[in-house]
Amino acid sequence: MKELTIISGKGGTGKTSVTASLATLAPSRVVIDADVDAANLFLTLPHEVLETIPFEGGHKARIDQSLCIQCGECVDRCCFDAVTKSPGQKSPGQDAQDFVEEYLIDPVSCEGCKVCVHFCPADAITFERQICGEKYISKTDNGPMIHARLGIAEENSGLLVSQLREQARKMAKDHDIPLIITDGPPGIGCPVIASVSNADAVLIVTEPTHSGIHDMVRVKKLADQMNAAVYLCVNKADLNPDMTLNIKKFCSENAIQFAGEIPFDRDVIESMKMGQSLVQFSRGPAALAVEKVWQNVSEYMKKTMNRLL
Amino acid sequence: MILTVASGKGGTGKTTVTVNLAAIAADKGIQVFDCDVEEPNSHIFLKPENITSREIGTMVPVVDKDRCSLCGECEKICQFSAIALIAGRIMTFPDMCHSCQGCVMVCPEDAIISGSRVLGTLKTGTTPGGVDLTWGELRIGEAMSPPLIKQVKKRIDPLKLSIVDAPPGTSCPAIETLRDSDLALLVSEPTPFGLNDLALTVEVLKKLNVPMGIVINRADTEDTQTGLLDEYAHREGIDIMQRFPFSREAAMICSRGEMLVDKMPEMKALFQELYGKIALKLDTIKNREDRP
Repeated sequence: MKELTIISGKGGTGKTSVTASLATLAPSRVVIDADVDAANLFLTLPHEVLETIPFEGGHKARIDQSLCIQCGECVDRCCFDAVTKSPGQKSPGQDAQDFVEEYLIDPVSCEGCKVCVHFCPADAITFERQICGEKYISKTDNGPMIHARLGIAEENSGLLVSQLREQARKMAKDHDIPLIITDGPPGIGCPVIASVSNADAVLIVTEPTHSGIHDMVRVKKLADQMNAAVYLCVNKADLNPDMTLNIKKFCSENAIQFAGEIPFDRDVIESMKMGQSLVQFSRGPAALAVEKVWQNVSEYMKKTMNRLL
Repeated sequence: MILTVASGKGGTGKTTVTVNLAAIAADKGIQVFDCDVEEPNSHIFLKPENITSREIGTMVPVVDKDRCSLCGECEKICQFSAIALIAGRIMTFPDMCHSCQGCVMVCPEDAIISGSRVLGTLKTGTTPGGVDLTWGELRIGEAMSPPLIKQVKKRIDPLKLSIVDAPPGTSCPAIETLRDSDLALLVSEPTPFGLNDLALTVEVLKKLNVPMGIVINRADTEDTQTGLLDEYAHREGIDIMQRFPFSREAAMICSRGEMLVDKMPEMKALFQELYGKIALKLDTIKNREDRP
């Protein structure tokens, strides 16, 4: 079983559109949407949700006001400025000057480190695991799709990505599926690292812009650190042909397998509107170019060594 | 006042809007902050000079083996598997550490001292137009961007107008950037992906209590998706503050790292109009806050 992760550094270069097409062209695969806090793959790949699983993320601390003795120990110990003092609630019959101060933990700031829980002399702080979103197992034409929805303003996207990939590996093993394709998030941080770690190869989707190249160079360094083979395709390549040439040059100088260029084509957005992948919807220039990218990538994948035995 | 330019979906034009607004407001004593520390791009367009660069670190534990009694209290409190008693010695995994100081506080032998892990670099510079730009650059391989974003935001002068370029997404880095903004400007594109991610960002901002306005980029009046965006904004009661038309020329200019306000007078007019609306909105918000 081999794992290919689609990344870009810069957002909006076309990762999801390319992933949806590769997932349509690959005869048998598991596809993952690892861009869990702005998931879009489900919008462009016809599917049927078979199973919904709650995502248990990290723990959050919460103060039980009936036990709190107002000592302020938690405020002093918290390194994340998550504990604040507020005027508190007025009980019926109380005068305004009798407002009791309350210590409150802001769940958005709380890192879940448990320090306040440990040091609270009144044992007034609870530490509960949070449900931070939902994971989905869906059926598509060429195999399962594993995706998720991170709850509003929730954290732990890296952990969620790791769980999705674990689920996908299990399904690939159980059903003898040879390939896992992962649609990665933009950037180079936590969820990207979780998407790339232990992948056999990454396909960088970039665009011929200064920003696109700047970000591509950074994400390529990340892939190198994580020992993944690197392939690259240029989306909207005709937008700035000179820059596309520069990117190709960068590829040949940096041991990146060039997988092709995709021209700007209105059909990309039209297919999205129809809820289909580009190659399913169109026979236009972009669709044909993505087919070529898939042929190259599957050739390269065959030659890439298996990472995990 | 803090104006944060955000989007949810990547590549909708956050940086383009940030830098061109900055150019329009250059003579107003504004500051610009690029909080997309994973992939900062504002400096490509603003071309700052006199760049200063400072390494930013975060605390990680270092164990003094001579004092350590191998009691394992540090492992017990650590929620991030960053310190553990393995085969008769305490091992640390600095990349996993969230810098909560729990192990330092709990160690009965005072055997844990503060070391440091490099998060990235904090950079500053001034554009030829006189705008101060501050940006962060996350070290490649570093997973945690929020602490570096915090450092970038520390340099915000509350007396000035700050324009902040936010990272994409709706998770920790976006939240760290957007919290305590006075106004969020949501740059959206009229596509199914754009609309989906805009709605997610709006929900986050409601939770964070940040007022917002929408900018539609690559708007096309003939297109049904622009209509859907309009309907959505109307339903949510959010102002559409500007529409930038789809333009291949504009895309070409941005691809070279150049400024739309310098090259396209019609775009400059749209940015001027947008800045005027933002200034008015920020005034209203300020008056509301100043009222006792």
